[in-house]
Amino acid sequence: MATLKELAAREDLLTGGHRACAGCAAPIIVRQVLLAAEHPVVVGSATGCLEVTTTLFPYTAWKVPFIHNAFENSAATISGVEAAYTSLKKQGKYDKEVRFIAFGGDGGTYDIGLQSLSGAMERGHQMLYICYDNHAYMNTGIQRSSATPLGAHTTTSPAGKVIPGKKQYRKDLTAIMVAHNIPYVAQTSVSHWRDLTAKVQKALDTPGPSFINIISPCRLGWGFRPEDTIELAREAVETCFWPLYEVENGVYKLTYKPREKKPVVEWLKKQTRFRHLFKPGNEELLAKVQEHVDAQWENLLKKSGAE
Amino acid sequence: MSTKELVARTGNEAMAEAMRQINPDVVAAYPITPATEIVQLFSSFVADGLVDTEFVTVESEHSAMSACVGASAAGARVMTGTSSQGLILMAEILYIAAGVRCPIILAEVNRALSSPINIHCDHSDTMSVRDSGWIQIFSENSQEAYDNMIQAVRIGEHMDVRLPVMVTTDGFIISHGLEAISMLEDKEVQDFIGPYKAAYSLLDVGKPITVGALDFTDFYFEHRRQTAQAMENGKKVILEVGREFGEKFGRSYGFFEGYKLEDAEIALVMLGSTAGTARVAVDKLREAGVKCGLLKLRVFRPFPAVELAEALKHLKAIAVMDRSDSLSTAGGPLFTEVRSALYDLPSRPAMVNYIYGLGGRDITVADLEGIYQELQRISGGGQIQKTLQYLGVRE
Ligand SMILES: Cc1ncc(C[n+]2csc(CCOP(=O)(O)OP(=O)(O)O)c2C)c(N)n1
Ligand code: SF4
Ligand SMILES: [Mg+2]
Repeated sequence: MATLKELAAREDLLTGGHRACAGCAAPIIVRQVLLAAEHPVVVGSATGCLEVTTTLFPYTAWKVPFIHNAFENSAATISGVEAAYTSLKKQGKYDKEVRFIAFGGDGGTYDIGLQSLSGAMERGHQMLYICYDNHAYMNTGIQRSSATPLGAHTTTSPAGKVIPGKKQYRKDLTAIMVAHNIPYVAQTSVSHWRDLTAKVQKALDTPGPSFINIISPCRLGWGFRPEDTIELAREAVETCFWPLYEVENGVYKLTYKPREKKPVVEWLKKQTRFRHLFKPGNEELLAKVQEHVDAQWENLLKKSGAE
Repeated sequence: MSTKELVARTGNEAMAEAMRQINPDVVAAYPITPATEIVQLFSSFVADGLVDTEFVTVESEHSAMSACVGASAAGARVMTGTSSQGLILMAEILYIAAGVRCPIILAEVNRALSSPINIHCDHSDTMSVRDSGWIQIFSENSQEAYDNMIQAVRIGEHMDVRLPVMVTTDGFIISHGLEAISMLEDKEVQDFIGPYKAAYSLLDVGKPITVGALDFTDFYFEHRRQTAQAMENGKKVILEVGREFGEKFGRSYGFFEGYKLEDAEIALVMLGSTAGTARVAVDKLREAGVKCGLLKLRVFRPFPAVELAEALKHLKAIAVMDRSDSLSTAGGPLFTEVRSALYDLPSRPAMVNYIYGLGGRDITVADLEGIYQELQRISGGGQIQKTLQYLGVRE
């Protein structure tokens, strides 16, 4: 794997000057992913913050070939690009080695684009799908998605007088992708660049489809200061809210184990979307959040034999 | 001109054979009655190694069109086929395919839309996406479906056009009806269409492009205007390609075809397979001395308004036959556009509209004779009692 020094010497393939909020994790993720790629790549993105902030005509932040089609079809679109590549190569009309990456937000992946993703993975295209999971529909103004955590305030799961934010737990999309029996599935975070780089490289080297879920702190939707983005990503990992692991050909492996598992409230209290949970009367809900994290973590330890 | 032995083919077989001979780089498609057979036949061509195509067996029509857009943007020649619910599930991406100027070819088998669910022919599906930026070509029979598919490649890929094209047949009536058709040699098809040269490709990794960027108020309108211009350019190209096809293979095509129209006083205007039935009615009435004719429209998008006005201006009365309803209460889509095309004529024919054949309801020679008789009454000075009528429906 490339060293940090080597990575730093590579050209940034997503330029600055895009319109994402200061402190948005999404472009940081993309830059990190593109730095990790050893082959030329063609990239697609679903409609969402990443796409609208990087492709404002007549400008583009992308120094790699890029396609945005619609909201729910990033996977199908890139599967078409890959099919064209396979066909033209087979016919001797194209000779380069290229890799294909589809990005989607949690809305475009967990919700409206789940079918398109599932289909593309099942068909076995040589492509990497990356979900930048910021836990809500940020582009349209912070509405809940099935990736929104229990208790979080969004504009469609507002913390009101009788309902304290989102009533449901998050969907475990990474597990759903594992159930597709594709060769490589992983979860990572920008706070752990080495982990992220290694996983992207592994995914791009894997024959067939792969999926990586990356937590993507959103300063607007989560409510934190722009300089704290990486800290919030790190703390999600340290509290085991967002464990780092990979599943290679069905075999689970924990790729990072916090030395000491921090209580999830440490992470929650730094975000205004959870502020209401700290008001008197919501203790039970806070406890439920912790219990859920604990249960998921134990489950993962078991699956990865890391107990 | 090639003289070929006739072979028996259904509309679906004719379209699938055209696809085999076109040998596209990518096909992404999903089954739906009555278009399923096209997808099945094409799968067998792939399985038997008769084509170089990468066949993407998508999980929905929405993904079919999404994959088509991705493949087309990556420099491939791309085709698909569908019907009805499948076409309207694609609708969102049909607009995008046109907007990003992907010359995808779609074999569309006209079928009614739900609800109620119905698998038989009408034109509701194709009409519902008439403003999506796709060129729309209707076929009367298997031969036309076959010829139109081959011409569609040249039309859509022309550098002045670069728009997607849907070629339609009428569900079951054409798609499953066996007819004698004349097919070209594989090489003749390849020579006619030529190799595909993408203007831009995502696979040109040394020259990265961004496809599907966000336009605000400062560019959206200009880009939409360019698409409208491409449609306008399409008119010239459709005629050129139709003429060249005729010169090479003996069957010429234009925007529409008149039948005994020049000296007619009354006429029907329609799309698709009903034209065959109408010709029989015209012949019968002509024998009885009635000056009647027919205009079968082939190209609905771009809409040849000026040319239609020229072709219809001498008539006294016209009935426009719509095999779909806009439910506007003011007429079907074909009627409103034909009537609008004739508005600038110094003296306009009287016009009525019949909605007919929805959900595959049969239409007979006698039905059409009845309409001609009504037109005779109107052209003789009789009052139009109802501009919009539903033909043969139980009310
Ligand atoms: C079919 C469709 N429905 C709704 C929208 C509106 N829309 C655009 S982006 C978006 C939310 C995106 O959320 P997510 O995928 O999580 O990405 P984020 O903006 O959070 O990065 C929505 C609802 C759309 N563009 N298309
Ligand atoms: S709203 Fe959130 S996800 Fe969107 S650009 Fe701003 S920080 Fe990024
Ligand atoms: Mg989101």
